[in-house]
Amino acid sequence: MRKILLAGLLIPALALGGAGCSGQKDEGESGSQLSGVVHIDGSSTVFPITEAVGEEFQMQHRGVRVTVGISGTGGGFKKFCPGETDINDASRPIKEKEVRLAAEHGLDFVEIPVAFDGISVVVNPGNDWVDHLTVAELHKIWMPDSPVKTWRDVRPEWPDREIKLYGPDVDSGTFDYFTEAVNGESQVSRPDYTASADDNVLVTGVSGDRDALGYFGFAYYAENMDRLKVVPIDGGGGPVVPSQTSINNGTYAPLSRPLFIYVSTKSGLRPEVREFVKFYLQNAPTLAAEVGYVGLPERAYELGWQRFESGKTGSIFNTDKARSGLSIVELLGL
Amino acid sequence: MATAPATADLAFAKKRRLGEGGIKAVLFVCALLSIFTTAGIILVLARESWTFFREIPLPDFLFGTRWTPLLVPRSYGVLPLLGGTAMIVIGSALVAVPVGLASAIYLSEYASERVRGIVKPILEILAGVPTVVYGYFALTSVTPLLRAVIPATNIFNAASAAVVVGIMILPTVASLCDDALRAVPRSLREAGFALGATRHEVATQVVVPGALSGIIASFILAASRAFGETMAVTLAAGATPKLTLNPLESIQTITAYIVQVSLGDTPAGGVEYKTIFAVGALLFVITLGMNVVANRVLRRYQEVYE
Repeated sequence: MRKILLAGLLIPALALGGAGCSGQKDEGESGSQLSGVVHIDGSSTVFPITEAVGEEFQMQHRGVRVTVGISGTGGGFKKFCPGETDINDASRPIKEKEVRLAAEHGLDFVEIPVAFDGISVVVNPGNDWVDHLTVAELHKIWMPDSPVKTWRDVRPEWPDREIKLYGPDVDSGTFDYFTEAVNGESQVSRPDYTASADDNVLVTGVSGDRDALGYFGFAYYAENMDRLKVVPIDGGGGPVVPSQTSINNGTYAPLSRPLFIYVSTKSGLRPEVREFVKFYLQNAPTLAAEVGYVGLPERAYELGWQRFESGKTGSIFNTDKARSGLSIVELLGL
Repeated sequence: MATAPATADLAFAKKRRLGEGGIKAVLFVCALLSIFTTAGIILVLARESWTFFREIPLPDFLFGTRWTPLLVPRSYGVLPLLGGTAMIVIGSALVAVPVGLASAIYLSEYASERVRGIVKPILEILAGVPTVVYGYFALTSVTPLLRAVIPATNIFNAASAAVVVGIMILPTVASLCDDALRAVPRSLREAGFALGATRHEVATQVVVPGALSGIIASFILAASRAFGETMAVTLAAGATPKLTLNPLESIQTITAYIVQVSLGDTPAGGVEYKTIFAVGALLFVITLGMNVVANRVLRRYQEVYE
C-alpha cells in the first residue's frame, strides 16, 4: 500500500519536474546558436507567408522552433492580447476592442505591414456567364436579407440557376475586410453561405460546384488557378483582374489590402523573436511573391524594421489616417 | 476472567466501527460530489441564461427563424439550430434504428453462441471509436461518396453527418435491444414454437412485443445521444444556421454553434457570448426530457415476468 502511494506521488512529481526543466531551456540563449520557440497564430490569409518564412528560418537556425496557427485574425488576437502568443498574423488592422484588451493585459505591440493581398472573388471554371462583377452587384449578393437567390437575380441575362455562396467564417479577417469593403460595415453579411475557416475547403467547394461563388485571399486562388475562375472586379474604374501588378499599384480596388504581423514588444526582447522578425522583413518580398501575394515597396520594410527597433507601439492602420489615401510608406513614416 | 477479553473485544469492535464509519463517510462524499456537480452545472446554465433572457425575450428566441448573433444585423431565433439538430437526430435514427434492431434480433434469436462471441465485441469496438474520428471519416469518405452519387451535395451537409452519427449510436441501440430481447423468458418462445410458429414469427410477433419497453427506451436513449453529439457534426455538417428540409445542404447544430463561439473571438460577457448558455440550457432541457420520457416508457410498458 505504501509502495503504491509512494509511486503515485513520485511519478507525477518527476514528470512535472522534468517538464519544468525542459521548459527552462525555452528561454533563448543569445549567441551564435539561437534556441527557443516562437509562437505565432492568426490569419489564415497571412499564414502561407509566415509559414514559408518560418520554414526558411528554422532551416538556418536549427535550435529555434516556429509554430504557426490559423485561428483567424480575430481568434489570433484573442490569444495575442493576453500575451499567449508572440506574433499575430492579421489580414486586417487591429480593432479598438483588441487594442483595449491588450492594454488591459499591459501588452504593447508593434504593427508591421508585410505584404499586399487582393481578395479574389472566384467562380467555378464551368461558369461561362460571369464576365465581371461590380461592387454594387457584390453588395447586392452579400448584403443581409439579400434578394439574390439565383444568378438571374444579379443580372437578368444570366441563367436562372441557384447561386451557391462560399466564404470565410466570422472569425476571419478576410471576412471583416470583405464585408466592410462591400457592405460598408464590418461583419454585415447574409448568413446563408457555406462558411469555413479553412480556405482550402472553400477552394474545394467552389471548384466542385458549377453554381458556386466564393471569396478568399489571392494566394489561395494563385495556388489553384487550374480549378478556379477569377472574377474581375469593377470598383468604379472598369473591371480589374487581381494580379501582382494590379494589387501593387492599387488598381484592384476596393479589395486590395495590406497584410500585417503584430509583434508583442515583450516577446521582441527575446533574441530568437527579434531575429525572426528581422528575417521576416528581409525575406517577405520574395516569399510573399512565391506564395502568391504582393510585396510592399522596399522602403516599407525598412521603415517597418525601424518601427520595431525603436519600439514604436500602437496602430496607425486602424485610424482614419489609413483611410485618407496615404500610401503605406507615407503612413509608416508618420 | 471473562471481562478482560470482553473489554478487548469491545475496544477492537469500536475501532472497527470508527474505521467503517470513516470509509462510509468518504464514499458518501464521493456520491455527493456527483450531485454537487450536476447542481453546479444547472446553476451556471440557469444564471447565465437568465441574464440572456432579460435582454432577448423568450418568444423571440424560441420561435424566431433567423439565427445571426455574430453577424450584423443580430437576430436570436433558435429554430434554425433546432432544425439542424433535428435533421441529424432523425437522420441518424433512420440509420441506427432499423439496423440496430435487426442486429439485436439476429443476435438474440438466430445467432449461435460462437457468432455472438464475435459480433458483440466488434459492436463494442464501434462504440469505442472517438467521435472526432467519425467526423473526419464523414468529411473524407462519406461526403465525397455522396458528391459522386448526387453532384448537388454541398461540401458540408447534414446527410454525411447523420449517417456517421447513426453508425456511432448503432452499438447503443443494438446492445440495449439485445438485452431487452434476451430478458424475454424462453418459455414464451417455446410456447410460440409449440403452436407451430416459424422462427421469424416468434421473433417479430412474440419476442419483440414482449421486449417493447426496452426497445423503445433504447431508441430514445440513442436519440438523446445523437442530440448531444458534437465533434462529428462540427466537422461534417457545417456552420450555416438555416431552416431547411434538404439534407444535402450545409446546416449548423446547437453543439456545433457552441464550439464555433467558444473557439472564436467573441468577447466574454456580451449578449453574443451568452447565447451559448441559452442554447446549452435548451439542449440540457431537451436531453433531460428525453431521458425522463425514456424512463417513464421503460417502467410503464415493462412486462413483469415471474
